[in-house]
Amino acid sequence: MTRYILRRLLQVIPVFLGTTLLVYYMVFALPGDPIAALFGDKQPPQSVIDALRAQYHLDQPFLVQYGIFLKNLFTFDLGVDYTQQPIAATLARIFPVTAMLAIEALIIQAVFGVAFGLFAGLRRGKLFDSTVLVASLVVIAVPTFVLGFVFQLIFGVQLGWAKPTVGANANWETLILPAVVLGLVSFAYVLRLTRTSVIENMNADYVRTATAKGLSRPRVVMTHILRNSMIPVVTYLGANLGSLMGGAIVTEGIFNVPGVGNKLYQAVLRGEGPTVVIIVSVLVLVFVVANLLVDLLYAWLDPRIRYEK
Amino acid sequence: MKSTQITIEEASSLAERPLLEIRDLDVSFKTGSGEFNAVSGAHLTIMQGETVAIVGESGSGKSTTALAAIGLLPPNGRVSRGQILLDGEDIAHVHERRMIELRGNTIGMVPQDPMSNLNPVWKIGYQVKETLRANGKPDGPADVAKALAEAGLPDSARRAKQYPHEFSGGMRQRALIAIGLSCQPRLLIADEPTSALDVTVQRQILDHLETMTSELGTSVLLITHDLGLAAERADRVVVMYRGNVVESGPSLELLRNPQHPYTKRLVASAPSLASRRIQVAKERGIESEELLAPSEAVVEKHLPADVLQVENLTKVFKLRSGLGRGTDFTAVDDVSFSVQRGTTTAIVGESGSGKSTVAQMVLSLLAPTSGRIVFDGVDTSTLTPKQLFAFRRRVQPIFQDPYGSLDPMYNIYRTIEEPLRTHKIGDRTTREIKVRELLDQVALPQSTMQRYPNELSGGQRQRVAVARALALDPEVIICDEAVSALDVLVQAQVLNLLAELQSNLGLTYLFITHDLAVVRQIADHVCVMEKGKLVETGTTDDVFESPEMDYTKALLNAIPGGKLMLPPEVA
Amino acid sequence: MKSNRQIEHFVAPVDETPLLPTDTLRVEAAPLSLWADAWRKLRRRPLFIISSVMILLIITVALFPGLFTQTPPNQNCLLANSEAGPTAGHPLGFTFQGCDVYSRIIHGTQASLSTGVLSVLCVLVIGVTFGALAGYYGGWIDAVLARLGDIFFALPILLGALVITQLPFFRENKSVWTVVLVISMLAWPQMARITRGAVIEVRHADFVTAARALGVSKFGALARHVLPNAIAPVIVLATLELGVFIVLEATLSFLGVGMPESIMSWGHDISAAQTSIRTNPMILIYPAIALSVTVLSFIMLGDAVRDALDPKSRQR
Repeated sequence: MTRYILRRLLQVIPVFLGTTLLVYYMVFALPGDPIAALFGDKQPPQSVIDALRAQYHLDQPFLVQYGIFLKNLFTFDLGVDYTQQPIAATLARIFPVTAMLAIEALIIQAVFGVAFGLFAGLRRGKLFDSTVLVASLVVIAVPTFVLGFVFQLIFGVQLGWAKPTVGANANWETLILPAVVLGLVSFAYVLRLTRTSVIENMNADYVRTATAKGLSRPRVVMTHILRNSMIPVVTYLGANLGSLMGGAIVTEGIFNVPGVGNKLYQAVLRGEGPTVVIIVSVLVLVFVVANLLVDLLYAWLDPRIRYEK
Repeated sequence: MKSTQITIEEASSLAERPLLEIRDLDVSFKTGSGEFNAVSGAHLTIMQGETVAIVGESGSGKSTTALAAIGLLPPNGRVSRGQILLDGEDIAHVHERRMIELRGNTIGMVPQDPMSNLNPVWKIGYQVKETLRANGKPDGPADVAKALAEAGLPDSARRAKQYPHEFSGGMRQRALIAIGLSCQPRLLIADEPTSALDVTVQRQILDHLETMTSELGTSVLLITHDLGLAAERADRVVVMYRGNVVESGPSLELLRNPQHPYTKRLVASAPSLASRRIQVAKERGIESEELLAPSEAVVEKHLPADVLQVENLTKVFKLRSGLGRGTDFTAVDDVSFSVQRGTTTAIVGESGSGKSTVAQMVLSLLAPTSGRIVFDGVDTSTLTPKQLFAFRRRVQPIFQDPYGSLDPMYNIYRTIEEPLRTHKIGDRTTREIKVRELLDQVALPQSTMQRYPNELSGGQRQRVAVARALALDPEVIICDEAVSALDVLVQAQVLNLLAELQSNLGLTYLFITHDLAVVRQIADHVCVMEKGKLVETGTTDDVFESPEMDYTKALLNAIPGGKLMLPPEVA
Repeated sequence: MKSNRQIEHFVAPVDETPLLPTDTLRVEAAPLSLWADAWRKLRRRPLFIISSVMILLIITVALFPGLFTQTPPNQNCLLANSEAGPTAGHPLGFTFQGCDVYSRIIHGTQASLSTGVLSVLCVLVIGVTFGALAGYYGGWIDAVLARLGDIFFALPILLGALVITQLPFFRENKSVWTVVLVISMLAWPQMARITRGAVIEVRHADFVTAARALGVSKFGALARHVLPNAIAPVIVLATLELGVFIVLEATLSFLGVGMPESIMSWGHDISAAQTSIRTNPMILIYPAIALSVTVLSFIMLGDAVRDALDPKSRQR
């Protein structure tokens, strides 16, 4: 098991380096001169430009720039953005908000998705199953930003159950509506995946053997069907964290949540290179680490994985 | 004869009530195209402590009957008529709650496939423990270890902490037997309990199962496709055919004096009971010595008698383990043998013996690590790509799995035509004529051409594979477990076809198999392999009558029913 | 333990259980290829019928918008009509800018559909080629591809798209093609993964070995035997991704980094309608419905195709 963890850790490093290098390259090397782009038509004196270039190490060769960036990232020396605000302080403000949002969304999709999927799978072909199947297709088809507006309109404006926008006071309660919007599409995927997986496992030989041993139906379902069905679902949840982050950009925009997605979107549009690169790098780091955790969970769920070469 | 025995039966049933009695059982399945009966009017009786075997081919309804008795029919199946009396109680339609009470401690089950019947995510010990707990038995670690130890699993306390994938097939089957018998059921349903295992392991496990059940006084309902195995292990044999019980009675009597035509045919074609080679040539008046000698045509052309020589063949696989480091695994270790033109040489061995690796190398699909394969005087490793292409015309394979060896996207015509087209033989018209001829040769109707593999049975697919192999008029055919996946009667049919083709076309076969009984029927020479090494080689008669090595003896002993004496007119 | 009891020797009457010839071919049914079989199953599924009718309609709208509306989407926009309700000839009312909502929806179909179809084609070409080569040949191709895929995989698709679309080349040349390029760059690894997995599953099948033993070349076996048998999951994924890519285009346009303003896109319309959400939400809802129905059609089609091609339902 230890060897498995070590091996996975070693695999994470090139992925992290590759992805951040790619993003860094796209933000700093491809657009020509980011400083010139920053000022648009009104070019400041050359001395100001040179000072800024030196501050962001743009006068260095590309790989050196990237190396400095990595060093700073891991020493939490994140520097300032183009408006001279410390980036670290911004991150400390916005990350907890998005973390709350993501955790709520994750709980919604995992808990409800698995429960509905299990139920539908066990009652395959019955009314509940077919209703849920069609409904999940509809949920998958409606884009997140459409869903956001519709929910905002219905639950926020018309019914008044929740605040239509979150604004400055982001907490577990105010974030529920955006979290539902964010988690709903994946909820439908988790539901369908669980259902398929449950149906497959119900017909497995070992389930029949478990019944032949004299186990009661609930025990067979919990220990033999559900546990085995979790394996693909967990894999999906890990891989899906990325789309959760992407969805956060849209959802936070609609509900005016002061989170990472919102900040990133604005930074991208304003061409704030350092902020974009740092946020994306942190997100990638979160993503690969979360996937590492998912892999460990996966190895715990499926003992066969641990011993593979 | 019949009426007197019924009265005896009735008299004895007064004294002793059967443990399980199945009367007039119909089991029907709902499918997309309506409801059909998988079992109709089945009946059987099992007394306390008795072992009864149901014998039949796949689709005969033998497993369905057994599953009905433990209430485990698939969701689309139901008992539509008849009774299943367990100690006098009709359990055909009882509430599921009652069935849960009965399962485990009154009726136990040992399923067929040890690979898929243990849940891969739970430790073996847990899977035994939950059985004990569900049936209200003590379920401490010691009890679990005891149950496993009784099933013949050494070092059982440590083994209980392992997962199924750390077990070999035989060990898994022992674990399943431990689970099936852990609550001392009165009836054990054993559904092909060993058919997925190597013969020597099979024998050990069946012996152990027999000892355990007789000690506990457990009745056993044994489901098997192997008449020899059934006769050897059971007091009474029930033969099922297409959902009906066609014959039942004391096992030896059934074997010696089969009455129903199906049973007769089954007894005649059971490989484990047959004692001699299929002799097509003999019927045509040619003496067997001539068959063993190179045929006239061959002598005229002064071709070497040995069409294939394998010299010091070795194959080492690099196994990766951990980070970068690798260990060597010698799959084939210094194997030498030769194959005479027009004869059949069988390579026999259990799984992991390296026999299939030899086949791959002879086919030039895998390069040997060292050693030579000389085909018709030429070392096959020295062939240029062009010569290799020509070599492929002369040596063709037939594989084991009739489901995997035909491309499901190709219809039968395209499948058989592919070799002709690849080697640019003939034009469209002549190729079609050739395909029709080939279908005739393997006794399939020409209308098969338009069909797809999934529409054919296993035996039919295997005949298509034979036709494809014959398309290029090869000299040598490598049969890798070519009949292992087939039902007994179908297997006999394909073996006869192969024997007939050999005598008509002068083919040479290299026959790879795990089944010594089949070897007896088809081979002239035998090579026995164990763990990559060739342990014994000789003519089939010599090896069967006076085996020299212990391993060969063990293999021969393991043939189920091999020692049952049959009157010559049946065999 | 063997009982000494006499066991009855029962023989069923032969006329009731006649012996049939061993292993005869069933000739009643017409021959059935895998595709014919899948088609027969598809035809009977309501999900397939509904979705294909809707898709045909959507394709017609995209190709010939003139058949459905005579009102130009951009011209004749009168601010006097801003957020006005339905009137004769303008069944869905007007946008904030006073443009005809119905006409804009009809004319927006083309951008969505063409982006979706072109992206799927690009992803298929790149993903299937790389996936098949990696799965079939293994070795260094597989290793390089796996790492490359991991890198793109770690970059959430919308995040990557945001960054890429801000590159000068993409900002200055906004068109359907830049959107297609961005989507293809980010989405091919998944297609490659699926193809790779499917190819690995069949590459060791006996029929492939049999073909090799017949003298078929290694690449020939890939093209003629392996790929055709690995294509089912690829088709299913492609159908589903068509819907996903349409959503992605709309999302990018909604965020202002997708289609140029000159091209009609539902994403733009939904974005523009945000200003009217409290006063006249229907301006936002109509294009949203058009978008969702289009995506739903493709996802339903993908679902139906998946069921029809499921190898498990083919076992006899």
